[in-house]
Amino acid sequence: MSERIGMEIALAAAEAVALCRPDVIAAYPITPNTHVPEHLSDIVAEGRLDADFICVESEHSALSACCGASGAGARAFTATSSQGLLYMAEIVPIVSSMRLPVVMIIGNRALSGPINIWNDHSDIMSQRDAGWISMFAANGQEVVDMSVQSFKIAEHRDVMLPVNLNLDGFQLTHVVEPMMFPNQEEVDAFLPEYKPYAAVHPDNIVSMGTLALPEIFNECMKANDEVLKGSKKVILEVWKEWEEKFGRSYKPVESYRTEGAEVLLFAIGSMAETAEVAVDQLRDKGMKVGLLKLRLWRPFPFEEIREAVKGAKVVAVLDRAVSFGGPGGPVFSEVRSALYDEKDRPMVISEIIGLGGRDVPVGDFVKIAEKAARVAKTGPEEEYEIFGVRGS
Amino acid sequence: MNIVENFDLYAPRLVDKEEHFSAGHRACQGCGEALAIRLMCKALGKDTVIVNATGCMEVISTMYPTTAWNLPWIHVAFPNSASVGAGVEAGLKVLRRKGKIADRKVKTVCIGGDGGTFDIGFQALSGAMERGHDLLYVCFDNEAYMNTGIQRSGATPFGASTTTNPTGAASQGKNEWKKNIAEIIAAHNVPYVATACHSYPLDFMNKVKKAREVEGPSYIHCLTVCPTGWRTASEETIKLGRLAVETGVFPLYEIEEGKYRMTIKPDKLRPVEDYLKPQGRFRHLTPDSIQKIQDRVIMEYNKLLDKVENLHSWDELKG
Repeated sequence: MSERIGMEIALAAAEAVALCRPDVIAAYPITPNTHVPEHLSDIVAEGRLDADFICVESEHSALSACCGASGAGARAFTATSSQGLLYMAEIVPIVSSMRLPVVMIIGNRALSGPINIWNDHSDIMSQRDAGWISMFAANGQEVVDMSVQSFKIAEHRDVMLPVNLNLDGFQLTHVVEPMMFPNQEEVDAFLPEYKPYAAVHPDNIVSMGTLALPEIFNECMKANDEVLKGSKKVILEVWKEWEEKFGRSYKPVESYRTEGAEVLLFAIGSMAETAEVAVDQLRDKGMKVGLLKLRLWRPFPFEEIREAVKGAKVVAVLDRAVSFGGPGGPVFSEVRSALYDEKDRPMVISEIIGLGGRDVPVGDFVKIAEKAARVAKTGPEEEYEIFGVRGS
Repeated sequence: MNIVENFDLYAPRLVDKEEHFSAGHRACQGCGEALAIRLMCKALGKDTVIVNATGCMEVISTMYPTTAWNLPWIHVAFPNSASVGAGVEAGLKVLRRKGKIADRKVKTVCIGGDGGTFDIGFQALSGAMERGHDLLYVCFDNEAYMNTGIQRSGATPFGASTTTNPTGAASQGKNEWKKNIAEIIAAHNVPYVATACHSYPLDFMNKVKKAREVEGPSYIHCLTVCPTGWRTASEETIKLGRLAVETGVFPLYEIEEGKYRMTIKPDKLRPVEDYLKPQGRFRHLTPDSIQKIQDRVIMEYNKLLDKVENLHSWDELKG
């Protein structure tokens, strides 16, 4: 680890995953994640990675094959986007319930319809409650780092849960950025060999994926919930170790220029970096504005959010997904819910932006920050707004 | 037939005493599928991983915290035993190559019912067969979705009454013929494909052993009598399996690298009525419908005999 290397982020993700020495990769092509598995297949073909790459006939089979491989004790990886994630949806909650530490990269893309291949977060939001650890990266370096962290978190004996790492389709997957890569020795030292708690092999017979009757099902769900909530401790430990070894810090909620901020923008994924520019501009004009960036989506970082908004008058949560006919964007709902019992809580407003690849320029963040400052004084104007709709 | 008389004498010596699928599971009385699985496991032996599709067998055998399986066993969902099996096979192969598990062959065996094979799991099965994974897929075909309450599947035979194509003033039960899944799998150029039935246990177990040795994909189609869904007496299970074969409704054959062979060949086919009559699901059939089935069975049987006689193995065709 030393110099920065310029590379497309999807390829960098594949390089980072390869450093983790997965045993089995099963993936099915779908834009915009495809370059990740494609490049992994290159790495396998070049003989740089000793893994079995299964060219499955669907995403459903991709995640199913990962279940089988992980159930057999192998380190398994897949990647997908949008409809592909929905095609996997039957299997998604089973992976977490079976405590299989599969790692999945999601190149986030809008759900159909109308069909659209560009970025928003409607795909991952549809799988919010499936029991996976779910995280967002905001740039290429984070993608590289978090890819490696994901395996370590997933396989930790106190966790044993699948992890999905979200990166915005095109805005991240197809963008070339300079990134630093840990070398193989560093990754090997950071990420120990995967030692499964149980695996299907005749030397140690187990039945995996059995039937649970009503008498035990509640307890199964409680166990899943406890382990997912408890995973935050491990996630924080892994991030601490990463910072010590590689010098880059990771937090569940990152903040940017929040000192004394009365207006907070709350962003997810790559748009957070554009929002920083808007915050700089507004700060130059004297506005007390700051930015919070959500990295950890599940388990949801309640305490960190309560702490981060202290002193603010208004938080504008910028969702890249619609909850049709609901209370507002999915992240907004949770942020507001996290603050409901607080004595001095800021107003929380929901702005839904950047759907299906709609560009979110700096000016949009400025407008939203200004609106937030206004409604903080005059009161909320609507349940939520789908921002920037033409003709409205 | 002599074979039947001698069977009582020799069978116990020919069959492994060890039970890998134990008693105490919750299958119905007279369940042909549970019997077939027990026989299959004896033929497979302990170096096996079972990948189970959702269905009766998963439900009756693994009510947490109990399990009837004394083999490593994994179940994920209904449509994907072939793709989970692909992952298990790949995982075991890589771990063995890397020296992380014992250096010996462990066979991955996927099992599913007819719904999980003909219908909802067909894509996953086709993909796994095409990719050539070293796995055996065994379909236990009881000709309807029995686990959910006897609904029609692509495997339900013509004329059978199910809960989703019941008989009535305007219906004679299922109006379409059964999908020939063994032929479809054979068309994937799978090196070993066979049909089997629990009523011919040695034939079935020999086929399982043969399939186990194949390096690559193999497929066995096992007809399993379901007293609950077929509306038959539980003590008739073995007899009905034999009648299916003796009437030509379900011929027992194997296809080894393209070469067809009848493994059980009745001297003379019995009329299909002998097979249909004891079954409540066919109770409503008119003589015309029975004749229609008879004609179709003879045609399909002759088509098969024609293949047995005239088709060559891949080796013979190399030229």
